[in-house]
Amino acid sequence: MSSPDWVSVCPSTAIEAGMAGTVSVDGAEEIAVFHTIGGDFYALVNRCPHKGGPLSQGIVHGDSVSCPLHNWKISLNSGEALGDDEGCTPTIPLKVESEQIWLDRAAITTRERV
Amino acid sequence: MNAQTGFKSGAKLGGRERLVVIGNGMAGCRAVEEILALQPDRYAVTIFGAEPRVNYNRIMLSPVLAGEKTFDEIVINSEDWYSANAIKLISGDPVVHIDRKAQQVVSRGGVIESYDKLLIATGSDPFVIPVPGKDLPGVVTFRDFDDVETMLKAAETTQKAVVIGGGLLGLEAAHGLALRGMEVTVLHLMPTLMERQLDEAAGFLLKSELEGRGMTIMTGADTGEIIEKDGRVAGVKLKDGNVIDADLVVMAVGIRPNGTLAKASDLKVERGIVVDDHMVTSDPNVLAVGECVQHRGACYGLVAPLWDMCRSLAAGLTEQPKGYEGSVTSTKLKVSGVDLFSAGDFSGGEDCEDIVMRDAARGIYKRVVVKGDKVVGTVLYGDTQDGNWYFDLLRNEDDISDIREALIFGQAFASGGALADPKSAVAALSDEAEICGCNGVSKGKVVGCINAGAHSLDAVRSQCKASASCGSCTDLVENLLALTLGDDVELGAKTMCKCTSFGHDDVRRLIVEKGMKTIPEVMQELHWSTPDGCSSCRPALNYYLLCALPGEYVDDQKSRFVNERLHANIQKDGTYSVVPRMWGGITNPRELRAIADVVEKYEARMVKVTGGQRLDIFGIKKEDLPAVWADLNAAGMVSGHAYGKALRTVKTCVGSEWCRFGTQDSTGLGVKLEQMSWGSWMPHKFKMAVSGCPRNCAEATIKDFGVICVDSGYELHIGGNGGITVRVTDLLTRVETEEEALEMSAAFVQLYREDAWYLERTAPWVERKGLEWVKSQLLGDPETVPKLAERFRYSQQFSQDDPWAKRAAGERRDLHSHVGSIAAGPPADGAIKEVEPAE
Repeated sequence: MSSPDWVSVCPSTAIEAGMAGTVSVDGAEEIAVFHTIGGDFYALVNRCPHKGGPLSQGIVHGDSVSCPLHNWKISLNSGEALGDDEGCTPTIPLKVESEQIWLDRAAITTRERV
Repeated sequence: MNAQTGFKSGAKLGGRERLVVIGNGMAGCRAVEEILALQPDRYAVTIFGAEPRVNYNRIMLSPVLAGEKTFDEIVINSEDWYSANAIKLISGDPVVHIDRKAQQVVSRGGVIESYDKLLIATGSDPFVIPVPGKDLPGVVTFRDFDDVETMLKAAETTQKAVVIGGGLLGLEAAHGLALRGMEVTVLHLMPTLMERQLDEAAGFLLKSELEGRGMTIMTGADTGEIIEKDGRVAGVKLKDGNVIDADLVVMAVGIRPNGTLAKASDLKVERGIVVDDHMVTSDPNVLAVGECVQHRGACYGLVAPLWDMCRSLAAGLTEQPKGYEGSVTSTKLKVSGVDLFSAGDFSGGEDCEDIVMRDAARGIYKRVVVKGDKVVGTVLYGDTQDGNWYFDLLRNEDDISDIREALIFGQAFASGGALADPKSAVAALSDEAEICGCNGVSKGKVVGCINAGAHSLDAVRSQCKASASCGSCTDLVENLLALTLGDDVELGAKTMCKCTSFGHDDVRRLIVEKGMKTIPEVMQELHWSTPDGCSSCRPALNYYLLCALPGEYVDDQKSRFVNERLHANIQKDGTYSVVPRMWGGITNPRELRAIADVVEKYEARMVKVTGGQRLDIFGIKKEDLPAVWADLNAAGMVSGHAYGKALRTVKTCVGSEWCRFGTQDSTGLGVKLEQMSWGSWMPHKFKMAVSGCPRNCAEATIKDFGVICVDSGYELHIGGNGGITVRVTDLLTRVETEEEALEMSAAFVQLYREDAWYLERTAPWVERKGLEWVKSQLLGDPETVPKLAERFRYSQQFSQDDPWAKRAAGERRDLHSHVGSIAAGPPADGAIKEVEPAE
């Protein structure tokens, strides 16, 4: 694996704890950036593995999000569906530095839009 | 490389190598101590310090500010230490230049020292947020003794202090200033105090405690500027326009590694000065230690890692192979009377399991995060006695599988052999032992109650009240049930969700009884087993609080389902549908034109007439929603709440105004009903209808509340549903006038709002409670209906506020736009530069 190609997308204060923001990507799928109530940040492709629901619009609890379409619970850490459901949403490497959210561009732009 | 050129302060002094230390702080001096301990005669040491004083314990500045310690008490190394170890101290004269080729440093005062080894321990700088007014007199940081002196002077002569930053440092500053008699307001950008160290639950407890001591804590407070008056600070203006008066402003928003000097000397500096496991920088003769360094990608701002670093540095400088491997950190807040401890990673994550214990009566919250068979993090509030034990388990990566069940009860309990099994622990209790502190119920009483036939948790709760109040003894009662009955324990009523042992009724009752006001408070008081609930309980609690505290409770957007957050209905492709309100199903050319224009302008893919007599516009993008609403507002239309657990629609037929069979003005009554009840939040969606005659064209008998007009007045029907299970309404009563019909409708709605479980429609609610119960509530006592109706009207004055208009005017623009974007490819030079931290 090559080293991450970090790109800053927004200030870390742009997303309220317990909510998510979206990052549009030219030529690839939208990314959802989550800020948990516990204060952590995660980035996932904004698409539920079930029926493609926008995860960014779900209720965030602990380190998971419930998809707004059919209430599948997705781990923000691994992107895996929790409980008895099966499926996985790609996760995007993220870091918080200098009060900015940074995403790994390589992990994003190599993804084709579906 | 050897020293080559220029002035040298003599040959090696007495054969000693020359070690120059930049920084007379905790890290620099501790490193020297460690080196002296290993090889006292190896180095001749010179220390440069920027502050004009000896080395002191910076983390004890808080107690100095609070008046609990004096400066002399926090001095680590007095002048004797320097002279006893032949250390040359040059204080008040910072190094301004390093000549790595010549192996020399130059101070601001012109002192030149040569070195064989150079140690940089420049620490960190307080971060000053770049707002207008940051340089005004009266604005200070909280970093060194000068800052403390400035604050103490301000406390003597002035009244009001604002501390920006609700982290460790900020709260300690606030505490000290409050003890010195100032009125203190803490402004914290994030919703939770000390969010790096605490979870929401512990943050809530801390906030309540500090507020109880008279501090004002404002979370989500984003500083816009510092206001000036007569050349001094006069207040802080927040970005939301709020102004807080202040004679003193303390900025305690964080620190950043001070790598300025290292960077100017072309050493490798990223976030901090990059070092290896022996704290060696990119130049083998230059080392760095403390808060200024970056080791394996991490920077530290706490004292414990610093000690570890200094040991490794000394080992390296004396050729001993003990490297630094990074530190796991723990935090204690130095505010007297507040017990708070956190360590490791408590954010949860893959495969992590939370063990949570709450004791509302004693204000205790304990959370241990376990991954596999190991403790990975802990947050303790109120009882931190076991903090070090958990921290040891964490650092040693001990296998805790044997004590897992009893882990949360602490070391004494978990290591107690047989007591480690909670069931045997309960069995070992005497009959007189108190099980439920809230209701004073002994073990003997609980067992007696179980033997007398209470075979479920619910039965025990209702018969002897054990665990019926705060629920913290629920585990004990469940163990007693299992001990007494074995497998004959009956599972009780469903709990709200897996996060709590309480059912909806209990939660609703306790919210009112205990006067609880926020979601974290409910979770703490009722011993939630998860740190911040789940997608089932959060929206339910939000509704219960909203219903219990009209006009007072602040709606929690993060506990709202997306439709209620965006005031539109999410569709399978992620776009939204928009339904403007049409009172009683009546519309006019102006509204229809506006809808048609919206459909064309925003390229809505479909318009559909709904079952509730509205027009539903499909395929609107979330970014376009505010503009769509602005256009609809302009034509006089407001939100139709087609997305909410709320009053949806009042469907009507044309009634006596047009229909040859109509007996009353059904459309008129429908409009009045809708105007009375629109905007109200409910346990679930709520639909009404008014039919002008028993032919019932408005299908009123499958609605939550239906009116059938007859010659003699109005039949009022309840509990109908046209969904998965069709249920025809029950006749509640007949009334003669429109006013009575409206009054009864308001009372029924409020009864449902106050009693039903979240996500329970009126149909299953009426079935569960029984029609007779509903009738007895509404028809038994003539006083009840006016009281219920009055409570409904009271609550309505706060909810009849068009959410669309606010959004159209720019409120919560963040919910409708991307936070950022990423362009197609990397920039032309192929490199994306990291931004420099703002100075």
